[in-house]
Amino acid sequence: MKKLLSIFAVVAFAFSAHAGTLDDVKNRGFLKCGVTTGLAGFAAPDDNGEWAGLDADMCRAVAVAVFGDRSKVEFITTTGKSRFPTLASGEVDMLARNTTWTISRDVNLGFEFVGVNFYDGQGFMVPSALGVSSATELDGATVCIQTGTTTELNLADFFRLNGISYEALPIETNDEGKENLFAGRCDVYTTDASGLSSTRAAASNPDKWVVLPEIISKEPLGPLVRHGDHQWGDVVRWSLNAMIIAEELGITSENVDAQMSSNVPEVLRLLGVEGNYGEMLELSNDWAYQIIKQIGNYSESYEANVGPDTPLEIARGLNALWTQGGILYAPPFR
Amino acid sequence: MRSNLGFFSDEKFRSIFFQTLVVGLFALGLFFVITTTSYNLEKRNIATGWSFLQNPAGFDISFSPFLEFKSTDTHLKVYFVGVLNTLLVSITGCIAATILGFILGIIRLSSNWLLSRLVYIYVEFSRNVPLLLQIILWYSILIQLPRVKQSLQVLDVFYISNRGLYSPRPIFESGFSYVSIAIVLALISSFLINRWAKKRQDKTGQQFPVFSSSIGLIFIVPLILFFILGSPLSFEHPELKGFNFKGGLVIRPEFIAMFLALSIYTAAFISEIVRAGIMSVSKGQREASAAIGLKQTWIMRLIIIPQALRVIVPPLTSQYLNLTKNSSLGIAVGYADLVHGFGGISLNQTGQAIECMAIVMATYLSISLTISFFMNIYNRSIQFKEK
Repeated sequence: MKKLLSIFAVVAFAFSAHAGTLDDVKNRGFLKCGVTTGLAGFAAPDDNGEWAGLDADMCRAVAVAVFGDRSKVEFITTTGKSRFPTLASGEVDMLARNTTWTISRDVNLGFEFVGVNFYDGQGFMVPSALGVSSATELDGATVCIQTGTTTELNLADFFRLNGISYEALPIETNDEGKENLFAGRCDVYTTDASGLSSTRAAASNPDKWVVLPEIISKEPLGPLVRHGDHQWGDVVRWSLNAMIIAEELGITSENVDAQMSSNVPEVLRLLGVEGNYGEMLELSNDWAYQIIKQIGNYSESYEANVGPDTPLEIARGLNALWTQGGILYAPPFR
Repeated sequence: MRSNLGFFSDEKFRSIFFQTLVVGLFALGLFFVITTTSYNLEKRNIATGWSFLQNPAGFDISFSPFLEFKSTDTHLKVYFVGVLNTLLVSITGCIAATILGFILGIIRLSSNWLLSRLVYIYVEFSRNVPLLLQIILWYSILIQLPRVKQSLQVLDVFYISNRGLYSPRPIFESGFSYVSIAIVLALISSFLINRWAKKRQDKTGQQFPVFSSSIGLIFIVPLILFFILGSPLSFEHPELKGFNFKGGLVIRPEFIAMFLALSIYTAAFISEIVRAGIMSVSKGQREASAAIGLKQTWIMRLIIIPQALRVIVPPLTSQYLNLTKNSSLGIAVGYADLVHGFGGISLNQTGQAIECMAIVMATYLSISLTISFFMNIYNRSIQFKEK
C-alpha cells in the first residue's frame, strides 16, 4: 500500500510540477499578469486600447526584466473574487491588482507578497447633495461594497465599532459599484481611497461626489506571486525595488543613458555596469536599465497614472520616498 | 466447440468481470484525484479542514429575512442564511411559474387568435433569451425606479423605490394565536368534510356544497373570532428616516429581479408542457364527455386535466429542478443566495475553495433529490390505477 501511495505521489508530482515560473515564462515567450477589470490609474485600457496604470506598469516592468520588451505581457482581468484562484491555479504568473497584503492571504492562501507599490486606505464616497461630512453620520445608509475584499471586513468592523447600522449591497466589480451608486441604489460607495478617486474621476460631474475624510484602514497594495517559487518572487520583488531605487538615485527614463557613466557605485550596480546582479536573478545584466528606460522610475509611473496632474489627483502622501516624508523604501542594491 | 479462453467464454463471469473492472477504474480515478489534490494543496501550503466554519464571518449580509445575521456570526450561519434565501426564491419561483405556466398553456390552446399569438410570442421570447440576460434586464429596470427620497406612494401605505417595495408589517398581538388556531382547525375540518361529502356522493349520489362551506369555515369563522377578540392585529408602517425607510416589510429589487426572471422564464417552458399534456388527451374523450352532457368546466376538471397530469408531471419535475439550480445565478445581481454568500464571499474570505464548493454542491444535490422525491410520490398518486 505504501508503495502504491508513493507511486501516486510521484505521478501526481509529475502532473503538477513546474520547472519554475521564470522558466515557464521564458519558454512561453510572454508574461501573464492578472489585473483588475478596469480601474483608471491602476490598470485600465487607455484611448488606444493599451493597458495603462500603476499596476499595468508593474506587469510591464517584470516583462521588461525577463524579455527586455515591454509588450511581452498578456493582461488577464480578474475580479476581487477570481483573482486568488486564478493565481493559485497558475493561470497567471503574478497579480498586480490593488491587492491588500494581509497575514491570512500571505500565509493561509499560499501566496507571497513581494512588496508594496501603493500605500492606500479605505474611504467612503457619497453624493455631495446628502450633506454628510463624516462617516460616523452614515447610520442606516445603504453601502455598496465589493465582495471578497478586505474592505468588506473593515466596513463591518467600522460600523460595529461606532455602534451604527448599515445595509450592505454586495457588488462584484468597480463598474457595478459605479452603476448602483450613480443610480442611487446605494448612498455610499466604499473601497480604497485611490479607487474612490478613480471612480469619482469617471463620473459625469465629479463635483457632485465627495470623498469623506475618514480613512478607516491600512491597505498596502502590492504585487504577489505563488508561495514557494522564490526565484520568481525575487524577480518580481526586485523589478519593483529597481523602480523605487531608481527614483531614489535620480535616474529617469530620460537620463538613464547618461547615468551609465555615473561615478556613483550604486547607480552602476543597478544599471548593470558593475557586478552581475542580473545573472544572480537569471536575467540579462541590463534588466534594471531596461525597466528604467522603457517604463521609468516609480515617480514617473506615479505621476503619469495617478499623480496630481491626472484626473485622479492623488498627492504622493505616504507613497513619497522615505527621504521625502513618505514611507516608500527599498532595500539597498548591493 | 469450446474456446480455450476458459472462464472468459462464460457470459456470467464476463459480465461480472467487466463490471468489477469499471467500478475498480472509477475508484482508482477518484483515489487519484483525491491524492493529487491533497498533495498539491499541501505543496502550496493551503490549509484544509472544516474548522473555518466556526470562525466569525466578519462581513454583513443585509438580505436575511428569516435569520438575524451579524458580522460576528460564523461562516456556518452564512451557509444557513444562503440556504434559506435559495429556498425562498426557488419555492416562490416554482409556485409562480406553475400558476403562470398553467394559465398560459391553456390560453395558448384557446381559439382566440390574438390571445394565443400573444402567448406564442411570449413563450418564444423568454425561452430563447438566456436567463442571465433576463435577470440583468429586470434588475436594470428596477434600479431605474425613483430614488428612495422620491419614492412612489401607492394607496398611502406602500412605497416603491429602487431600494425595494416597502409595505406595512403586521404585528400580531396577544389573542391572535386563537385566530391562527381557528384557521388551522377550519382547514382540517374542510378537508374532512370534503372526504365525507365524496363518500356520501359515491354512495347516494347526493351532493354537498363543499366549496362554499369550506370558504365559510376558513375565512368567515376566523374573521368573526378576530373581531370578537377586539382586532388583535396592528401594522407597523415604514417611515423615511435619514437615508432609508425604517420599519415595515421590504422586498428588495435583487429578490424581485430574481423572482420575476426565474418564474417568467420557467413559466414559458411549463406552458408548453401543459399544452402538450392537454393535447395528449384524445379528442374523443372531450366529445364523449360533451355527449353525456357535462358542462365545459367539468370536462376540463374531471376528464381532461386528470389525464393530462400524467403527461405533465414528469417534465414539470425537471422544470422545478432547473429553476432551483438556476437560482444560483443570483450572484449576477447580488442576491444573497447559497452560491453568492457561502460559495462566494465565505469561500473568498477564507480561501477554503474545495470545502465550500463541496458543501454547496452537496446542498444543491440534497435539495434537488428532495424535490424529485416528493414529485415522484405525487406522480405515482396521479397515475392510472389498474383495477
